[in-house]
Amino acid sequence: MVSLGIDIGSRTIKVAVLEDGHLKFSHVSDSSYDPMAIAHKLLEGLEYDSITATGYGRHNFKAHFDCPVISEIKAFGQGALFFFPETAAILDIGGQDTKTILLDASGRVSKFEMNDRCAAGTGRFMEIMANALHYTMTEFGKVARTAKSAEKISSMCTVFAESEVVSLINSGADREGVALGIHEAIASRALTMLGKLGDFKNLVFAGGVAYNPCMRQILAERLGIPILVPVDPQIVGAVGAALEGVGRLAS
Amino acid sequence: MAADYRPMWTELGMDLKAHDALLDALGKAYQDVFLSQKVRPEGMSYLDFVMSEVHGLRIKELNDARATGRKVVGTFCVFVPEEIVLAADAICVGLCAGAEFGFEEAEKLLPRNTCGLIKSAFGFKLTKVCPYTQSSDMVVGETTCDGKKKAYEIFKDIQPNVYIMEIPQMKNTADRQLFASEYWRFKEAVEKLTGVTITAERLKKAIITVNNKRKALHRLALLRATDPAPISGLDSLLINQVAFYDDPVRFTGAINKICDELEGRIKQNSGVAPKHTPRVLISGCPMSVPNWKLPLVIETSGAVIVGEESCVGERGQRNLVDEKPHTIEGEMEALIDRYFKIDCAVFTPNQDRTDHIISMAKEYKADGVIHYALQFCSPYTVESYLVEKELAKHGIPMLKIETDYSMEDVGQLKTRIEAFIETFRQPAWSH
Repeated sequence: MVSLGIDIGSRTIKVAVLEDGHLKFSHVSDSSYDPMAIAHKLLEGLEYDSITATGYGRHNFKAHFDCPVISEIKAFGQGALFFFPETAAILDIGGQDTKTILLDASGRVSKFEMNDRCAAGTGRFMEIMANALHYTMTEFGKVARTAKSAEKISSMCTVFAESEVVSLINSGADREGVALGIHEAIASRALTMLGKLGDFKNLVFAGGVAYNPCMRQILAERLGIPILVPVDPQIVGAVGAALEGVGRLAS
Repeated sequence: MAADYRPMWTELGMDLKAHDALLDALGKAYQDVFLSQKVRPEGMSYLDFVMSEVHGLRIKELNDARATGRKVVGTFCVFVPEEIVLAADAICVGLCAGAEFGFEEAEKLLPRNTCGLIKSAFGFKLTKVCPYTQSSDMVVGETTCDGKKKAYEIFKDIQPNVYIMEIPQMKNTADRQLFASEYWRFKEAVEKLTGVTITAERLKKAIITVNNKRKALHRLALLRATDPAPISGLDSLLINQVAFYDDPVRFTGAINKICDELEGRIKQNSGVAPKHTPRVLISGCPMSVPNWKLPLVIETSGAVIVGEESCVGERGQRNLVDEKPHTIEGEMEALIDRYFKIDCAVFTPNQDRTDHIISMAKEYKADGVIHYALQFCSPYTVESYLVEKELAKHGIPMLKIETDYSMEDVGQLKTRIEAFIETFRQPAWSH
């Protein structure tokens, strides 16, 4: 039996197809200004017995496709367990929000935290800061690791942080140091949210920002526990949604 | 609205254009939030009527009474003893503070990071859209938090006859003495306002009236412990909100009738949601009309609200005044005893509140507690940490929400609340 999961995020739409417990297909696409048109296109030609939606646009998708929905928290919890059955906690830094989730020994969600309202410290924040320094996202995480020391970024507001970055550069700070400072600021915020969960023995790092090697390194150093990153960290929510469908088909 | 109340509103000094805009928004919200609900108790039609006339017929009643020499006392807090007001043949009403209305005006007088409740009270006053404030012969402010305490100093400039009552911050003997002297001082102020001497007989009658109102609300609260829930949280909240505006005797009759109907439902095992629907207890800051945002998100996310640990809810209404004393001193003591038990987060320490949340969660069989704090409300935002810690010891999950009256965070609230509800009764993970 084939179960499809779709994660309609603020920046990207992710699709994952599970067949008999194995990941058969996945795809990531930009949300653009018309996410439902993109979703229709992504589903074209795919065959499935069940479909489940999650993410920011799940209710909009449900209105179009009349399918069950689950929250991103549940989706990331299940998705992380699919990749790493030993998952204790999850950090997802997505386009517009950051989530931290704690699982109990049986894999149930026991606690979670989400940033409210603004995009401070999310993927979008990182993108804008990389842009301000004229780096591509791929370069950004690499050069930050070459910095000798980090510049202190004190504002987490996207608008203020951008002007802070510009003024740091103008005052002669080196570009790599500023890049590392931004990484540390984002990591600090994520660590505060992780701190509210309590103790855990490993962390699955999901969402687009998990591709960034500098972020992975800072988290590993500061937490001192294994940081587990799926091959494609962006599709964890879509896989979790697909798993929900598997459960439904089975019952 | 059937009758034309415009001459009355003009006479009250209201801004008709702004008021039309407010009533229009309120009417639409009421339609979307309340009238769209399924299997509502028939008795809720009384509340629908009251709400449709909330700025009309009820205001006419108040002003007809004023024309005969009676007085209206406006309040913002459950520490203001309604019994004393009623005993002086005056009318007690809660004032508007639940909508993002006139915030630009309010922010000219108050810092931006002031809680929505205070800003809203100012906004309603400054834009002249609250007929209750306009009809009040006395407005009672209390020192329940720093924001309110200082804001009343400014409010005095825009509202005549603001009376300030001091509420202590601890519950020691000296605090109770202060509290008691403040109740006696308030009694004198109300007597002066109304020209009526509050006798033991008058106060006894008022105590019984308000006790009966509270008994009806307690009865409603207990019926909600049933699964399936016989009434929605939204409708129950509305009943608790209207308790601050309506004539107490008429209101008590209507609520008891609703309770009779709910008992019938319970006998037939029917409710507003199927049996085993996830059950949520709300705890925290008061929600005044038309602040229905959070309960609406909760009840459209697959859960039913089974109680409100709130001033507009059980914290404000629990405990009765002892009806036995028959001297004015004895009655005042009984009144003070009852009100001094209110476990508002301005008190320190405030273990009673946490104990009450735990007992409510158990009694109403809640799967979890959603802690609601208004942004910038230090007493409740800070206290939430201790509440969460204590609840965890009893295995009661809690979700902390900090929000305001705006709609900009509804999407994120929905995600968090859906996720919280999904965590109830989860099966173990099988891979």
